[in-house]
Amino acid sequence: MSGGDAMLEVSNISRSFGGVRALGGLSLSVAQGSITGLIGPNGAGKTTMFGVISGFVAPDTGSVTYRGADITREPAHLRARRGIARTFQIVQPFAGLSVGENIAVGSYLRHAKPSEARARAEAVARRVGLGAMLDQPASALTVSGRKRLELARALATEPDLLLLDEVLAGLNPSEIRDILPVIHDIRASGVTILMIEHVMQAVMALCDDIFVMAQGRMIAEGKPDAVCRDPQVIEAYLGHGAAARMQEAGNA
Amino acid sequence: MKRSEWLFLVALLAALALVPLLASNLVINFLVTALIVALAALGWNILGGLGGQISFGHAAFFGTGAYVTELLQLRLGANAWAAAVAGIAAGALVGLAIGAAVFRARLRGSYFALVTLAFAEVLRILANALDVTGGASGLLLPLQPGAAHFQFDQRSVFAWIGIACVGAVLLLTRHMMNSRFGAHLAAVRENEDAARALGVDILATKLRAITLSAAITAAAGVFYVQYFLYLDANIGYGTWISIEALLAAIIGGVGTMAGPLIGALALHGLGELTRGFAGSITGIDLVIFGLLLVAAIAFAPAGIVGAWKRYVGGRRNA
Amino acid sequence: MTYPPEIVAEAVVGGLLTGSVYALVALGLTLVYGVLHIINFAHGALLTCAMFAVWALVTFTGISPYTAIIPLAVVFFAVGYVLQRYLIGPASHGDDSNILLVTLGLSIAIENALLATFHADTRNLDGDFGFQVVEIGPMLISRPKLIGFAASLIVAGLLWLLLKRTDTGRAIRAVAKEKLGARLMGIEVGHIFGITFGLGCACLAVAACLLMPSFYVNPRVGNAFVLVAFTIVVLGGMGSVPGALLGGLFIGVVESLGGLLLGDSLGQLGIFIIFILVLLFRPTGLFGARA
Repeated sequence: MSGGDAMLEVSNISRSFGGVRALGGLSLSVAQGSITGLIGPNGAGKTTMFGVISGFVAPDTGSVTYRGADITREPAHLRARRGIARTFQIVQPFAGLSVGENIAVGSYLRHAKPSEARARAEAVARRVGLGAMLDQPASALTVSGRKRLELARALATEPDLLLLDEVLAGLNPSEIRDILPVIHDIRASGVTILMIEHVMQAVMALCDDIFVMAQGRMIAEGKPDAVCRDPQVIEAYLGHGAAARMQEAGNA
Repeated sequence: MKRSEWLFLVALLAALALVPLLASNLVINFLVTALIVALAALGWNILGGLGGQISFGHAAFFGTGAYVTELLQLRLGANAWAAAVAGIAAGALVGLAIGAAVFRARLRGSYFALVTLAFAEVLRILANALDVTGGASGLLLPLQPGAAHFQFDQRSVFAWIGIACVGAVLLLTRHMMNSRFGAHLAAVRENEDAARALGVDILATKLRAITLSAAITAAAGVFYVQYFLYLDANIGYGTWISIEALLAAIIGGVGTMAGPLIGALALHGLGELTRGFAGSITGIDLVIFGLLLVAAIAFAPAGIVGAWKRYVGGRRNA
Repeated sequence: MTYPPEIVAEAVVGGLLTGSVYALVALGLTLVYGVLHIINFAHGALLTCAMFAVWALVTFTGISPYTAIIPLAVVFFAVGYVLQRYLIGPASHGDDSNILLVTLGLSIAIENALLATFHADTRNLDGDFGFQVVEIGPMLISRPKLIGFAASLIVAGLLWLLLKRTDTGRAIRAVAKEKLGARLMGIEVGHIFGITFGLGCACLAVAACLLMPSFYVNPRVGNAFVLVAFTIVVLGGMGSVPGALLGGLFIGVVESLGGLLLGDSLGQLGIFIIFILVLLFRPTGLFGARA
């Protein structure tokens, strides 16, 4: 990773909850224009890391720098104004509002005029495939619809850096095939993406760089194919001794 | 808000405006009282309905509006209209101050309800104990009929001013619901985390809502004191107005635009009816209101307005 | 202005005695909060109801208010169980602010039903309760208040034993800690909620019996108690039984000393200000609530 063009620099972050160390001195950086993946087994601390970056979790130590500005202590809504948007792993729709109203909350960030904000929301809805659902209550959406809504609301804030927390989880293969081009398209429009993802095939297809976390530490980073072959990564995912067994299997 | 609903509201206000031409002083008195409660409830609804922060203490704003208006006239000889504006401003300020303390401490839900009640009670006890507010014997505004004094021989003029105020607040509410602030307020009500992630400043949004809400409820207090001319701590800061504002908004239709007005008219109409039937038994109307509140929560979460919409929708689909 | 020490001491002791009954009222509230995680706004109205029941029983049958404790506690337990299981629970659809509003509606209905039945008059128990005093050192202490103090402590102790030592108590604590887990263990949560609410109401019935000899009742009397009880509950930490006991005694003394120094109405003011300050700055309570 070349440090010079890093859009986001996270360094030496640690955070404990009631004596349990969730994050232990992690660093990562995201290059402008890239799609960067953050992977790791369950409980690795990925979502907590997203919380630190987006302003929902205050770190005990370390710093978050966005475009050269130290934002470690900045509240979440100001980070959104700087251009950092996030989705939630457990979707958080405004259940009592319509799909259009949900997305408009996002688009109001850059457009104070109601007519403009609604027009923007409609455009974003079409972009993620919710164009036909604008007047439906958000509570009526399917799982895949809710994931799209998370994405749409974040996009409607017109971010420069988009944090996606498992937007593909819970979707079936055909739904995943439908949404991958949307993510490609977002990057093509100039938005930098940092994504937490479990669907490895999608990570391999989408990401330029990958960071791997396990038990609150960063255990590997690099290009997707290199990370895949990293014995530490294989052990973290498949258990102790797995790397050696795979090596043997490969040699046989 | 659909055009048909808006037309209905305009028609309702127009019909109310005709009442003083046709009816007796007793009916006008009923109408003015209902309009005062409607105004307080419209204020409550901004914070409690649209913003989801249920207050048990809107008397704090009602009483401040009423006391400041009356005291400025009595003690400083201020012009009634200037005093009214000052009363509304003072109510808004008390709202902002309470909001700043309470929302900064992140009190929500039941805690918010209880702490607002406690604030109103503190003000009630103070108003009851201090000399400047006339203590327990209260304050009487001298009768000085004349437009310059915001007092009128004809009760109907009060009714029309009340209708105009309610109409103005309804317009304001509609404008607000369709604005960025309205969207932010709805987002805060539904899910604070998601709202923050989308750049909504939760504290600023809640503070704006409580200030606006308090100003409108304070206006109801101003109107009360100009109409009845008498004020004591149990009227101004008593729990009755906190409860009536909440009941009218929730029974009428919480978070809907017309709900508080419909609720206030329905409750006061029902109150008169039960008093007609049950005669002099005090409290019987409030027994019914209390049970109605339980029934509304259980069966009609969107109140009369919601039930009506469901009924109309059901017929259309049938 | 200074006061002779025996007057201050008498005020402190008087405050402790009143505070013990406050604690009993608060105990019911904190128990319901601790288990159901709801704020029962009808608590004050139910207390008024119990106080009227004591007044009616004593006035019309001539029994002693202390004899009424057990039958009234049983009746109020049943009332509470039914209210929670068949009204508050179903009507509020499990939503916290709905529960608050439903119990507010109930409190309005109960208070005004009492007003319609008994009118706004204030009533006392006949008899010479007011003149019964016990001399302790230089102080004259009201005998009903002394009995109230002892009985409140006994009831608090019994409640604590029930929670710690019986199967029902264990079930209640399990539900308080982890509703879903308790359900999976085969505990019927709705039933436990009902029992807890019933216990809260039974505490009120006992408190009413202990209060009536030295106090009065009118349809609005519960309002004075309910914010006091909430103050005690937040002071002691929501859901904490020992916290409610300490908080009750503390508030009793504050009120009594406040009344002595500032007059009765401003003494009340002190309580509300404590309530607001605790909620704003120490929402977990002063006496170190459970984590």
